[in-house]
Parts: sequence; structure tokens; C-alpha cells
Amino acid sequence: MSNADIYHEMIIDYSRNPINYGKIEDHDVTFHDSNPLCGDSIDIDMKIDDDKVSDIKFHGKGCAICMACSSVLTDIAKGKSIDEVKNISKTDVLGELGLENLQAVRIKCALLSLKVLKYALYSYLGKHLDDSQDVDKLKEEAANLY
Amino acid sequence: MQSAQISFENIRKDFPILERTIRENKTLVYLDNASTTQKPNQVIDAINDYYRNHNANIHRAVYALAEEATELYEKTRDKIATFINVSNREEIIFVRGTTEAINLVAYSWGRAHLKEGDIIVTTEYEHHSNIVPWQLLTQEKHAKLEYIGMDDDGELILDDLDKYLATGKVKLVTFSLMSNVLGTISDTEKIISKCKEAGVLTLIDGAQAVPHMKVDVEKLGCDFFAFSGHKMLGPTGIGALWVRKSVLNTMTPFHGGGDMIREVHKYETTWNDLPYKFEAGTPNIADVVGLGAAIDYLLKIGMDNIRQHEVELTSYAMEKLSEVKGLHIYGTKDISKRGGVISFNFADVHPHDVAQIIDEEGIAIRSGHHCAQVLMDRLNVAATSRASFYIYNTKEEIDKLINSLNKVARIFKL
Repeated sequence: MSNADIYHEMIIDYSRNPINYGKIEDHDVTFHDSNPLCGDSIDIDMKIDDDKVSDIKFHGKGCAICMACSSVLTDIAKGKSIDEVKNISKTDVLGELGLENLQAVRIKCALLSLKVLKYALYSYLGKHLDDSQDVDKLKEEAANLY
Repeated sequence: MQSAQISFENIRKDFPILERTIRENKTLVYLDNASTTQKPNQVIDAINDYYRNHNANIHRAVYALAEEATELYEKTRDKIATFINVSNREEIIFVRGTTEAINLVAYSWGRAHLKEGDIIVTTEYEHHSNIVPWQLLTQEKHAKLEYIGMDDDGELILDDLDKYLATGKVKLVTFSLMSNVLGTISDTEKIISKCKEAGVLTLIDGAQAVPHMKVDVEKLGCDFFAFSGHKMLGPTGIGALWVRKSVLNTMTPFHGGGDMIREVHKYETTWNDLPYKFEAGTPNIADVVGLGAAIDYLLKIGMDNIRQHEVELTSYAMEKLSEVKGLHIYGTKDISKRGGVISFNFADVHPHDVAQIIDEEGIAIRSGHHCAQVLMDRLNVAATSRASFYIYNTKEEIDKLINSLNKVARIFKL
């Protein structure tokens, strides 16, 4: 996949004007992570009502790929049930932006926010659910995302 | 030897990698020399020749091959002594690189000398390798780590040093001769004279400076000096640490094992002479030989010629880059105070995006925090783009960099 393909209109637009960007002061869960090699850094705040993600916002610093994927991911997750959010996969995010063939070195930019989302959900479920098997699975998935 | 007599165009022919193409038939423009440099045939051939014709373990066996290997290995130690101008070869210890050198000092000197409440002083523009070992040491010893701050021109604020030295608790001041992000050349003379007056030891991280300018350790007057081979045309995984003998004699071994011992008994061991006390195990012989070839190569060109070539390139690049609308260069504009390292940000475009787009044109620059997150925080940025030059770079390559930035501007609608 050449760079010209990666940097299409949608990516540039999202990087300039990210959606769901900001903080939720009265969040039910928040999580932060960064990519140690490049310094990209993302926080996700979520509000959860009736087992649904009623609101979700992200903030942080990252490249255009990272910002666009965070926008798309939070858009996918918003309003979804916890079960649906658990099942969001990397192809859901990459597919939305036509980044299925993104080179390995940039995958971590694209998937940082998904990793943060999974960890956020794991930390929420860890506090609110008894099903530790489910939590462990989510934790493992987040750790092995890229 | 004057600069005019050196053909920097001919130098390119010694580097086979510069002939390859990148992506869609683009010529490689390698501008990530602060990270690692390319290797000339002379270095590649020396390593090849060592394995083909001289390979044996050193310092032990009596047969001819072992003698040759030992001689080749030890010859590099002499070359280093000449190259950085130190008089005692036994003060030079082979290590994997600057990182290992600094860790060796933190371990072997730090453990023997640092006490609770003592202070180690580093600077805000250090590489992680000159921060993290000191965090580990000071945490273990309940000592303190303090930072000499940096002003907006990327120069150290030496009033901070005075403040810490005045406490009487500083045991070591450690700083890089040249910043790997900003290219700032530290005011070594001032720092060391202040430390000497206070009776405080000094460590210089020479990783960025040694490849690019004449360094005279004796004249600098520091107590520890570290550098890496791979940033000066040599192989990866080899570097050197020089320690003043009076200090080296007070240090405990770093690694225990073969070669570093005199006599081993069941419950006690006596140590080998310097520098072998600090070189446990079979060392990286082939790459020591390669480093020797790199030093020969650099000395043939002449360090002053190399510095002059880079001053010309850096001045040209600074001038051209500052004409690019929306591009911000970090650090001093005074070329005499900086090496061939230029960190910049381009409008609101993230450095990774800049680096990826220009990679399509075959241009290799670095993007990220450059192992200097303390400095990134000080600059209040997540990352920068960094172009860094060496002997084989040309003004035409800088023109290509500038042109490629126009592509970034086009894609990001700047």
C-alpha cells in the first residue's frame, strides 16, 4: 500500500477535525496508553448506562493515522452495548478507513486507540462483573492486538 | 589537509548501500545518521577478512591464529587512544556501545561511591541512556537525580549547575557533548572547569560528537568518556568507555566471568589488570576490528574536514528549511554551536506522517521522540522530525528533502 493511498481525504479530514475528541468529566471509566517507540499517546473516557456506551471521547497526541482511527473507533463504539463493543475488531477500524493493508510499522498507530478501548472495557468489567474469564479474555486480546 | 582536497563525491563510492534504490526506483537519501551511519567497504571488508582469515578467541591460546586475533583486537584499542587522544591504552574498555558504557559507570562506579543524599546531575537534553541508568542508581541508593535546564535556544542553563554544585552533594555531572535531537554542542570547557573547581567527577556522552568532530579527551579533562562505533561508520554492538585510571582503580567489576580474573578459587577471586577487569567473556572481536577500520577511514579524511563538510551542509539545510512556510526548527541558529542534526516540526503535521510521505521519495529521516522524552516535554511536543548528516551527504540530497516536504504540504493542504 503506497503512502498516496494511506493519506486520502478522510484521513486528513479526521486528523484535522477529529470527532469525539475531548474529555468526559463524569466518566465511568478512563484509560491511557502510549506507544513507547513513537510517543503517540491516547486517553479514552467512557460513560456507561444500562450496559451501553452512552458516551465516549478520546484525547491525546498522535499522527494522522492514529487520530483518524481514534475518531472512527469512538464513532463505532458510541451507543453500542458492552457486548458489541467487546467484539469490535481491528478490521472494523482499519476497514472503515481503507487501511487493511497498512504496513506493520504503522499498525501500532492505527490500533493504539482500539487497545486503549479494550483495556478501558476490561478495567470497567473488572470492577463491575464477576465473570473473570471474560475479563481475562479481553485483557489478553488487548495485549495481543499488535 | 584542506577541505578542498577531499572529494566528498568520491566518498560515496565507498558506501555500497548508497547505490541501492528505495520504493519505486528512488535513490536512497539517508538522513538518519544521528541514529546510525552506513558502513564503507573498508569496514565491511575488515570484518569479512577477520572471519575468513583470522578468527580465533583472544588472550588465551598460544597458536598463531589466536595471536593474530589478539593483535587485531588490541590494535583497535591503540587506534582509539590516538583517535580521542588519551595516553593510557589500559583506560579504554570495549563495550557494546554508549548505553552499556554509561550503565557500566552507574554500576561499577556508582555502587562503590554513591551514598544516600548524594546528587547526580544530568541535563534536560540527554538521551534516555544518560538518564535511566542514573534513575536506577539514585533510586537504589536513595540519592537524587537533578537536571541542568535548557533555554529556548537549546543551550544548557549553567546557573542550574552552579546551584547544584553549591550544595556540596554532587558526586557526578554527566552530559552529552552533542545533543542527539538539537545538535547543540555543550559548553564543555565551562561545565568541566566548574566541576573541577568543586571536585566533582564528569562523564561525557560522546556518541554524537565523536563521529563528527575532533575530540581530544585529554584536553576536555573529563573523568569518563563514552562513544559508540555504529554512529561513526563502524559496526553495531561495539563502543568504548574511557575512564581516568585514578577513578578506574576505585571501581568494582561490571560483569564476572572469563578474562576478567587473575585467579579464581572456590570462594574468592582476584581481578585481572586494567582494562581486562572490565571485559568479561569473549568480546565482540570482529566488530572491534571493524571499528578499527572505521577509525582509519575517518582519520584518512580528517576530522576537521568532516566537521567543515557538515557545517556547510547544516548551514545550507538550515537556510533552505527556514524558507519552508510553516516549518519550525528547534535549537540554536548559531552553526558554530551545533552539529549536523536538525529537528523540526512542519505545521500541524505529525512527524510520523512527514517521515512516511517522504519515505516514498526514498528519503530516510527519523520521526518520534528520539529517546529523549524529557527533552520532548521541555519543548512541549510529542515528537519531532529529524534530519542528520554525515560525510556522504550532499546539498543535492538536502534539495530532495526540501522538495519532498512540498509533497507533504500538498497532501496535508498546508
